[in-house]
Amino acid sequence: MYTRIYFLRFPKETCDKPIIYFLVTRFDVEFNILKADILPQREGIMIIELKGSRENVQESLSYLKDLGVKVERLAGKIWRDESKCFQCGACTGICPVGALSLHRPDMAVIFTPDKCTGCGLCVTICPVRAMEVSFDEIVEDALV
Amino acid sequence: MSKFKVNKTYAEINARIRSGEAVVVTAEEMIDIVRSDGPVEAARRVDVVTTGTFSTMCSSGAFFNFGQTTPTIKAAKAWINKVPAYAGLAAIDIYLGVTEPTEDDPLNKIYPGEFRYGGGHVIEDLLRGKKVFLEAKAYPTDCYANKKCKKEITLAEMGHALLCNPRNGYQNYNCAVNLSDKTVYTYMGALKPHCRSANYCSAGELSPLLNDPYYRTIGLGTRIFLGGGIGYVTWHGTQHNPQLPRSENGTPRRAAGTMMVQGDLKQMSADWLRGVSIQGYGCSMAVGIGVPIPILDEEMALFTGVSDEDIFTQVVDYGHDYTNRVDRNYGEVSYAQLRSGEIEVAGKTVPATPLSSRVKALEIAEILKQWILDGKFELGEPVAHFPTVDYSLDIKE
Repeated sequence: MYTRIYFLRFPKETCDKPIIYFLVTRFDVEFNILKADILPQREGIMIIELKGSRENVQESLSYLKDLGVKVERLAGKIWRDESKCFQCGACTGICPVGALSLHRPDMAVIFTPDKCTGCGLCVTICPVRAMEVSFDEIVEDALV
Repeated sequence: MSKFKVNKTYAEINARIRSGEAVVVTAEEMIDIVRSDGPVEAARRVDVVTTGTFSTMCSSGAFFNFGQTTPTIKAAKAWINKVPAYAGLAAIDIYLGVTEPTEDDPLNKIYPGEFRYGGGHVIEDLLRGKKVFLEAKAYPTDCYANKKCKKEITLAEMGHALLCNPRNGYQNYNCAVNLSDKTVYTYMGALKPHCRSANYCSAGELSPLLNDPYYRTIGLGTRIFLGGGIGYVTWHGTQHNPQLPRSENGTPRRAAGTMMVQGDLKQMSADWLRGVSIQGYGCSMAVGIGVPIPILDEEMALFTGVSDEDIFTQVVDYGHDYTNRVDRNYGEVSYAQLRSGEIEVAGKTVPATPLSSRVKALEIAEILKQWILDGKFELGEPVAHFPTVDYSLDIKE
């Protein structure tokens, strides 16, 4: 089984189409919507976990791209500022999916972007704001 | 006649440091040495054990002398980057505390507040070489005629900058849980309701005061690693309380001793003094402290050989008990249990999360060790000791 979490950006023309339904029926992928912000006649965003054979997941991604949906791995939207993080471990208690975890016995704080679901709880719990989650293209552009 | 088999003086150890012969190990390395060789042999072999801790430490701050204006001013109120500082000292002396947020901070009006900027952040910015904005207001006198002052200033331009932390390096601390039915945001972090999380904050076996439980060598005049530079222990810290339950090895099972520390801020580094924002609680500063402990005799070897399995703390409810000063705990746990990531509270398994950086604590102990090995850092002999308690310790070889 192949499991990946994606960040989707839907163009406003697609908001009335049952796209996720087509993903399931045509490509036999399991899905888990972790976050969705879709408004009529507006661009929408979704964080979705897709699970299936590697081939089916890849085909569903191609299908989404053909519809004009911008697809990115969620892992690329979340990052840790290594110069800020001082490895206290406070975030490991709040992270619900183990994307932030402690390496024992040295107690180093490990960030595994692939496991992250983009909930953002770590952002405000971190005492030095070392975690950044950006779903905003403008912010992202400003960083480049 | 000494009761010990090994007897070394500060002068002897410092002579060995100067001649490059001193044997220096970290508190982590000392654990195995004492275990395998016994305290007497360890005391013969090792001269200094270095400790370290890096964590949020409230009750920290800095004195600044910001330089006179023309005409002269006697500041009555002062702000740095909009963070109020205390100015009721002298003409241009001010004290900036790390838990002071900017004056227009929304605090907990939007709960839980973020507390993005405060005194600790000002200190970090100054250490990064940034310009800060200083404002002062005053009533005029014949000798100090100026009524206000606004200027940008860097750390280098300050006449004087002294880190002065009245309470740091707590010897042990509570493990916090929350037995109420809603999340609480405390200085011990966010705690999930119904005891679904436990937060703890100590460097444990690496922590300075846990390696010298009765304060034999840590006292007034002890030279230390402070914020990346050299500082001194200048008094016992506020709330220092030696009279609390202790284990057989001498370590207190509650938050007991504390240190007041000082040092010239200008030789410190933003790597080791970091402004922090604790959600729903407030601003503060993470402080890096490392204390060298001279192995004067086998008793000091035994003390510094302490490990996380032998250090215990109490589990305290921050959902109700702490706030209402209910003196009660929900059992005791060792730091080895806490570090394993799970503890048991009232028969229930609870995930445990650290708030104190073990990685950085060890880095500090290693840096301090290197300073001593390089002959750059000699030990300061205390000129007065902290309040302590009587004890007797059975030393087996």
